[in-house]
Amino acid sequence: MIVGELKPFTEIKKMIRGYQRILVAGCGGCVTVCQTGGLQEAETLARLLNMDDPGTTVESLAVPRQCEWEFLEQLKTTVQRCEIIVSTACGIGVQAMNEYFREIQTLPALNTRFLGMPVEHGVFVERCQACGECMLHLTGGICPVARCSKSLMNGPCGGSKNGRCEISPEIDCAWQLIYERLKALDQLERLLVLQPPKDWSHSRDGGVRKMVREDLMLDDGE
Amino acid sequence: MMTGSNLERVLKEGHFAVTAEIGPPKSCNAAFVQRKADLLKGYADVFNITDNQTAIVRMSSIAAAVLIQQKGLEPVIQMTCRDRNRIGLQSDLLGAAALGIKNVLCLTGDHQSFGNHPQAKNVFDLDSIQLIKTIKDMRDEGRFLCGEEMKVRPDVFIGCVENPFADPFEFRALRLQKKIEAGADFVQTQCVLDMKHFRHFMDLINDRGLTDRVAVLAGVMPIKSARMARYMQKNVAGMMVPDELCERLETAADVQKEAVDIVVEQIAEVKEIPGVRGVHIMAVAWEEVVPEIVRRAGLYPRPF
Repeated sequence: MIVGELKPFTEIKKMIRGYQRILVAGCGGCVTVCQTGGLQEAETLARLLNMDDPGTTVESLAVPRQCEWEFLEQLKTTVQRCEIIVSTACGIGVQAMNEYFREIQTLPALNTRFLGMPVEHGVFVERCQACGECMLHLTGGICPVARCSKSLMNGPCGGSKNGRCEISPEIDCAWQLIYERLKALDQLERLLVLQPPKDWSHSRDGGVRKMVREDLMLDDGE
Repeated sequence: MMTGSNLERVLKEGHFAVTAEIGPPKSCNAAFVQRKADLLKGYADVFNITDNQTAIVRMSSIAAAVLIQQKGLEPVIQMTCRDRNRIGLQSDLLGAAALGIKNVLCLTGDHQSFGNHPQAKNVFDLDSIQLIKTIKDMRDEGRFLCGEEMKVRPDVFIGCVENPFADPFEFRALRLQKKIEAGADFVQTQCVLDMKHFRHFMDLINDRGLTDRVAVLAGVMPIKSARMARYMQKNVAGMMVPDELCERLETAADVQKEAVDIVVEQIAEVKEIPGVRGVHIMAVAWEEVVPEIVRRAGLYPRPF
């Protein structure tokens, strides 16, 4: 899922300074699962904004997913009553809202953090960097791109100690995990293969990425 | 293969090699580098010039290398993968070779979070093993990473590092093997403070026949104070500092003399370990002590 974290309240307040009629728009997707931007969180944020400045009118709503045009339509009538939208969706939702509702600005209430998962209640950890060329079959199902601090293809570096990354005792060394996993799978020989430089053109480095599925496209203009 | 590297010649002719490290200044002060060069000239076969070590901005390795070259010392430029992508690395290698540099050491590089610009975006387009292979292919095949050919090849002696004290220990020998297969001619190890552990590592790489394929230079480091030893013991990832070493420094009447004594003893010990073909002296911010160490270790004068 996409993991998002609420911005500090003071930062949100600063963004909406001067606006009277505000809509806080939640999203029913990933940010609902990480409990930072669903309906409940949108309602809470709306209440807080209103308490902070009782002169404002703050409404809150959520759609199943802010990143799909068809759901945004549901917000139309509410949006027409407002001067500004504060979205608790990820960066994709915020951009979709700005693109859909041209006449009004949508501001981000969250910092979109990473693609990850809750490893335990309340603890979310990054798992994927969307590099565009998955290599998990080579590394025992543990991603060195997202989980090694240096994204090494031929790790571990010299900073791995007691299973932890040199940059923080909070971070597991991905290559220690890969080593242990491949050892358990009796596939350690994989680590002797010299991994060639990665083709980063499939990642963000290749420019904005696009995927076209012609089989899903609707005939236009007929 | 003969690259014209002094280190290669020393090793090829069977001498016990000595390399030392010079850290460039955190400024554009050429005199700082020149002073160190004057101090160390003749006391090592080649001199590593670090590349923004611990991710702190310093004079570039290649520029400082040229400064010591002008003083008659032979440099090893260190190249990390942290700050440059494959375009920058290959370009800088060509530039270095054009300036007469004969040795390059390939490293991954310390993470930027350790340095003075922790907000920086890191690169790590290649890792150190891929960089070794890239440089080897440039030298031996005359090809860039993309496959295109070049007219004049960079004739460099290729080095790598290995940390026998990091985890997973059993994999360290295999990782060195990968570096050799990628094209490393010599390896400088992380500084050896725990001799027992280092012997174990050497056994592992000797068993795999790796010491026949790569020249191993054992890293040594004079530790100036007991406080520094304790700090390293606690805080530096991938370092093993035995208690007895800290205690020796703590109880010494003259700590700096004791530090030199320890290094001289360590050099004598590693010299006897099969497969060790030289030492790499890392006197971080204490370069002036290197001549004394080399003399007392009986490694002076150098062969060429």
